[in-house]
Amino acid sequence: MKFFELIGQYVLFLMSLFSRPEKFRVFVKQTFVEMDSIGVGSFGIVSLISIFTGAVSTVHIGYQLVSGLVPDYIIGRIVRDSNILEFSPTVTCLVLAGKVGSSIASEIGTMKVTEQVDALEIMGVNSRNYLVLPKITAGIITIPILVVYAMGLSLIGGAISGEMSGIISLEYFVKGLRSDFIPFSVVFAMIKSLTFAFIITSVSSFHGYKTEGGALEVGQSSTKAVVFSCLGIIFFDYIISQLLLQH
Amino acid sequence: MITIHNINKSFGEKQILKNVSAHFNKGQCNFVIGASGSGKSVLMKCMVGLVEVDSGEISYENRDFVAMDYNEKKEIRQEIGMLFQGTALFDSLNVENNIAFPLRMFTKMTPSEVLDRVNFCLKRVNLENVNKLYPSSISGGMKKRVGIARAMALNPKYLFCDEPNSGLDPITSRLIDELIKEITLEYNITTIINTHDMKSLFEMGDNIVFIHKGEKWWEGRKEEIRSSGNPELLNFMKASEF
Repeated sequence: MKFFELIGQYVLFLMSLFSRPEKFRVFVKQTFVEMDSIGVGSFGIVSLISIFTGAVSTVHIGYQLVSGLVPDYIIGRIVRDSNILEFSPTVTCLVLAGKVGSSIASEIGTMKVTEQVDALEIMGVNSRNYLVLPKITAGIITIPILVVYAMGLSLIGGAISGEMSGIISLEYFVKGLRSDFIPFSVVFAMIKSLTFAFIITSVSSFHGYKTEGGALEVGQSSTKAVVFSCLGIIFFDYIISQLLLQH
Repeated sequence: MITIHNINKSFGEKQILKNVSAHFNKGQCNFVIGASGSGKSVLMKCMVGLVEVDSGEISYENRDFVAMDYNEKKEIRQEIGMLFQGTALFDSLNVENNIAFPLRMFTKMTPSEVLDRVNFCLKRVNLENVNKLYPSSISGGMKKRVGIARAMALNPKYLFCDEPNSGLDPITSRLIDELIKEITLEYNITTIINTHDMKSLFEMGDNIVFIHKGEKWWEGRKEEIRSSGNPELLNFMKASEF
C-alpha cells in the first residue's frame, strides 16, 4: 500500500514540474550549469568504468568461447553487442544513479531542510520547476552522450585487453565489431539511456524534495534516491528489452 | 494591513492553531510572541502560504489570500519579503547573486540596474564589499543582514521575520532589531516578527499578539501588556525576566 502511495506522490510531483519556466533565460542558464555538473563532472568515472567493462567482457567471452568451431572474431562481435545493448547504457546509468542521483537528492534535501526551498516559494518562484526541471533536461541531454562515449570506450577497452592478453588480435576484434552490425542496437541503447536519465534525475529530485528534518534525513533521502533509481533502471531495462528486442 | 480571521490548522490529529484572529498594521512592527511550540511559526507559514490552513481567512489589504489560486498567490508573494530564522540564503550563490535573485526573476532590470539595486540594499543594511563572498564564509549577523537585504530587494509591502535575532550576540541582535524598525518606518511596510525575545519587543514592538497552545490569548499594544491581567502572558514575561 505504501508503495502505491509513493508512486502516486511521484506522479503528482512530476505533474507539478511541467509548467512554463519563470524566465526562460534563467532556465537555460540553470540547465547549462546542471549539464556541467551531471555530464562533464561524470566523464572521469564513466571513462574508467567503460574501459574496464569492455576489457572484462572480452576476457570473459574469450574464456567461454574455447570451441574450435567458433571463429575468434565472434568475440569482438559479442563484446560489441553486449556493450552497446546492455553494459554501456545500464552499467553507466547505474553508476550515474549513484553519483548524480545522490548528489541531486542531497542538494535538494539540504535546500529543503535549510528552508531555501521555502525562500524560493515565498519569492513567488515555482521551486519544483526552478530546481528540478533544469536537472531533468540536463540529464536527458548529457546522459545519452555519456552512454555513447561509454560504448566507444568499452570497445576500445575490449580491443586493448584482447590484444594484450593474447585472447584475440586487434585485426580479428575489429572484424568482429564490423560483422553483422545492426544500427538499431544504438537506437535501442539511446531509448534506454533517455529513459534511465529521466528516472535518475526525477526519482532523485523527488526523494530530495520529500526530505524533512535534518542532516540524518538528508542522508536517508540520498540513499533512497540511489536505491529507487537503480530499481527503476533495472525494471525498465527489462521492460524496454522485452518490448523492443523481440523478433 | 494584514487581517487573519479564525485560522485553524491541524497536522494529523494534533490541532496546532485554534481559531486565531488578529490584525497586523501597516508601517508598524507587529510582534507574535509565545513559547516554543505555541504555533507562532506555523501561523507565519500559514500567512505566507507555505502551509495551507484548514479553515479561516487571511486578507492582504482586503485581498483574500486563502481563496486565491496559485498564480494569484504568486503575485502577493512578490510583495512579501521574508527573513528566515536560519536566513535561508542560497548556498550556491554569492551575496550579490542572492540579493539579485528576485530582481532577475521578476523584473526587467538591466544587469547594471540590478547591481545598483543590490549595492543599495547592501548599503542600507550596513554591508559593503561583501558582494563576492559566499554565505558559508560570512558571520551569522552578516547572514541576517544579507537576508534582510534580499527580503527588501523587491520593495516589499509586507516583511515577515521569523526569530530575527536568534543565535546572535546581544549587540548584533540590537543592530538587526534597529534595522528592521528603520526599514519598516522608512518604507511603510507591514512587518510581522515572530519572537520570544521580550527585549526586542519592548524596544521596537507596536502591536503584540500572544499565542499560547495554538490559541490567541491576548492582542494589544506593548504599553498595555503589564496591565493586561492575562496570567499566561504575565507568566511568560516573568519567565523572560521582564
